[in-house]
Amino acid sequence: MITLSVNGQEHKYDGDPSLPLLWFLRDEAGLPGTKFGCGEALCGACTVHVNGEAVRSCAVQMSDAAGKSVVTIEGLDPHGNHPVQRAWRAVNVPQCGFCQAGQIMQAAALLKQTPNPTDAQIHTAMAGNICRCGCYQRIEAAVRIAATGV
Amino acid sequence: MTHIDKSDSGPSVQPMVENVSRRAWLKGVVASGSLIVAASVLPRGAMAAWKTGADAMPHGTVSDPHVFVAIDKDGIVTIVAHRSEMGTGSKTSLPMVVADEMSADWSRCRVVQAPGDEVKYGNQDTDGSRSLRHFVQPMRQCGAAARLMLEMAAAKRLGVDVSEVEAINHEVVHRHSGRSFGFGELAAEAAALPTPAPDQIRLKDPNSFRYIGTGSVPIVDLFGITTGTATYGADVRLPGMKYAVILRPPVLGSKVKSFDASAALKLPGVEKVMEVKGWDWPAKFQPLGGVAVIARNTGMAIKGRDALKVVWTESPHAVYDSDKFREEMLATSRKPGKTVRNEGDIDAAMKSAAKVISAEYYVPQFAHAPMEPPVATAWVRDGMAEVWAPVQSPGGTHDDLCKTLGLPYDKVKVNVTLLGGAFGRKSKCDFALEAALLSQALNAPVRVQWTREDDIQHDFYHAPAVERIEAALDGNNKVVGWRHRNVAPSLFSTFMPDPKYQQPLEYSMGQVDLPFEIANIRCEVGEAAAHSRIGWFRSVRNVPNTFATQCFVAELAHELGRDPKEMLLELIGAPRIVDPRKTTVDLWNYGDPFETYPIDTGRLRGVVELVAEKAGWGRNLPAGHGMGIAVQRCFLSYVATVVEVAVDEKGNISVPRVDTAIDCGFFVNPERIVSQIEGAAIMGLTVAKHSAVTFKNGVPQQGNFNDYPVVRIDEAPRATHVYIVPNGWDVPSAGVGEPATAPFAPAFCNAIFAATQKRIRSLPVGDQISL
Repeated sequence: MITLSVNGQEHKYDGDPSLPLLWFLRDEAGLPGTKFGCGEALCGACTVHVNGEAVRSCAVQMSDAAGKSVVTIEGLDPHGNHPVQRAWRAVNVPQCGFCQAGQIMQAAALLKQTPNPTDAQIHTAMAGNICRCGCYQRIEAAVRIAATGV
Repeated sequence: MTHIDKSDSGPSVQPMVENVSRRAWLKGVVASGSLIVAASVLPRGAMAAWKTGADAMPHGTVSDPHVFVAIDKDGIVTIVAHRSEMGTGSKTSLPMVVADEMSADWSRCRVVQAPGDEVKYGNQDTDGSRSLRHFVQPMRQCGAAARLMLEMAAAKRLGVDVSEVEAINHEVVHRHSGRSFGFGELAAEAAALPTPAPDQIRLKDPNSFRYIGTGSVPIVDLFGITTGTATYGADVRLPGMKYAVILRPPVLGSKVKSFDASAALKLPGVEKVMEVKGWDWPAKFQPLGGVAVIARNTGMAIKGRDALKVVWTESPHAVYDSDKFREEMLATSRKPGKTVRNEGDIDAAMKSAAKVISAEYYVPQFAHAPMEPPVATAWVRDGMAEVWAPVQSPGGTHDDLCKTLGLPYDKVKVNVTLLGGAFGRKSKCDFALEAALLSQALNAPVRVQWTREDDIQHDFYHAPAVERIEAALDGNNKVVGWRHRNVAPSLFSTFMPDPKYQQPLEYSMGQVDLPFEIANIRCEVGEAAAHSRIGWFRSVRNVPNTFATQCFVAELAHELGRDPKEMLLELIGAPRIVDPRKTTVDLWNYGDPFETYPIDTGRLRGVVELVAEKAGWGRNLPAGHGMGIAVQRCFLSYVATVVEVAVDEKGNISVPRVDTAIDCGFFVNPERIVSQIEGAAIMGLTVAKHSAVTFKNGVPQQGNFNDYPVVRIDEAPRATHVYIVPNGWDVPSAGVGEPATAPFAPAFCNAIFAATQKRIRSLPVGDQISL
């Protein structure tokens, strides 16, 4: 039995320990905000925080998540008003919106570590998150707004 | 219009199933007959300022407020969005049109997504950049009719003539006395009125719009998207639901010969392995078939699938090699093809030419790769089927489900989730049919999830194309002849056996609709067979056709020592209407009347001149930089792009700036137009620089974002500027979602030439100019 904390709540998992965390979150814990985009840590749609760090949940096995503290988009802020979420809304960032949970989780982790990132730091941190609709110009603007406070 | 009384809000809901609750609400309230009195449907096409092709689409248009609008007693206005939301913003923009016309306060409106039901809502096929173009008029009529009904209800209460009252900001005011009633107070009485006759309805003066044309409205799902609570295809959870993935035939036309599931079934959580039915190709959108693995969650189903051993039957398409196929298409392009437009005498023009310039262009096959891979949930039980899926055509999906399952119209329900990107892929509902067939077989709710590899290796691909253009020049270097041969497998190969040639719908997207002032023009198509499923990708055949024609114009300019923009304007010629209908075999005008949407070279010139001015065409550039320009009439809009590239000493290309001008007629939501064009620059850059699915022995050689790269934030254009040509209501609305993808690649490649003198004639650019 694997025990882990997700958004502050304890969860238990009794299945194959090699299962990617993504599928536990989505299909077993009922937290579909974290998205499946590639399964190979190539697109960032499944980004969550594990012990405060942004990781691709499709590439973390349940055995490696045991005992850890996981935060998903649903748990980023109790009211959905994290500065990054507010900045995303201020710029009307999304088109289809599917990648945005991953983008927001990545940006939140970036700003926690680097509160005032340079353009190059934004690019490096966000380059793992694909947006096929092409919202990058607004994503970059929103990260800057979040850094300076909405 | 419906009055909503919260005490009568339909059946109770299952709290765990968000979409079911939404559906139940919709069914119980918006669709309920009990509160609708004498709903007389507006005559279709009534009051249209301009005629569109909307009424020629299946089930046409509906504009009845009894169908689209509900008001509760607290004044909350619910507006139905009947088109699918895949990122273009139509779920916001069309309801906003209704709200504006009915003088509703947008902050007191909410939007619900309609299920697939074209009989009720009119056409729902969210494709072809048609949502605003075909529904801005019906939605204005809908809002105006709702406003009139509210005004009539208020006038009746006051015992005054309806001309004495006016709906303003969510209430109806009596001008003389200043008495007012909120929309909520009037809801029940207004909803009891029949839909007013068309001649009673007055549309607003566009100068009085509060939201239309202003661009200050956030998209309706913004909070849900930013908090992870918006519902996409894979986010619907039903009690007892099974999780499935399918191993599909690696080569088109293969079927399961035998399979060994023993290793898969030993994995914990893997519950069942079974063959699923596939159809003989071509089969429209019917599933490919294969072997399904069902497990306690999607991750274990994928692991189970990895452990399957399947023997496939042989397929004639195993010979397909995309490199060889390209050579075959090239050879075909060098021989006369089937003539589809013939003007003047091209043979004489070529014979008497002082000079003939020709070039051959290639655009490969590519995959849509929306961020959300295909996925659907289905529950087939008790002679009924219900599906939750991110489909572009919920009505078409409904029909295909009825046919596939053998169920009547009213026993199938298609609930439309948000689409996590689509770009044409989700016009094809094979994934929804798979889920329904599996649910039927397992007698349980089933979600079928496609992996990224499934998506890239079993797409309805954008067809590869070879384009050969020859120009005849006279002694004064004037272009007097233009021959354009286009060789590509037809997307109609998805619907019929071996159509052999591109069809009118395909060659009318940038080949025969050439808007150039040239005396002798011949367009030909060459024969090509399909060896993979062919579909349509954002801006469709405009991608290869615009690439070829607009690169070729720049090549001519270079050959003649001319400025590419001036050369382009000279070829477009004087402002006029170009009408190739008489010289073309079945010109397709994007399904709309030519009289409403002629080929207007004045507007085409207009966007070229506007974008050139805004981009500072001709300005001094740093070393290694270059600018390129391209224009296209695409989905009835006129769109021109200037791309600036910077090429470093190693041949790495970056894009400091993109400028795009669009003339799309009357527009509703400029903020979403800007977002579509910002996105088109990035998708255009991906197409130009990276996209190719290649085949060996019939098998796609790419499978994920490592070998099928797409542009990321660090490679994106540094700044994209968008200019929208202002137009009044007298200029018909045209497409926005697709057009700007088309001119990007040629503008980009023309810019590369300007920077490096290296001509790109084959996409993707890849490492062609790397040193």
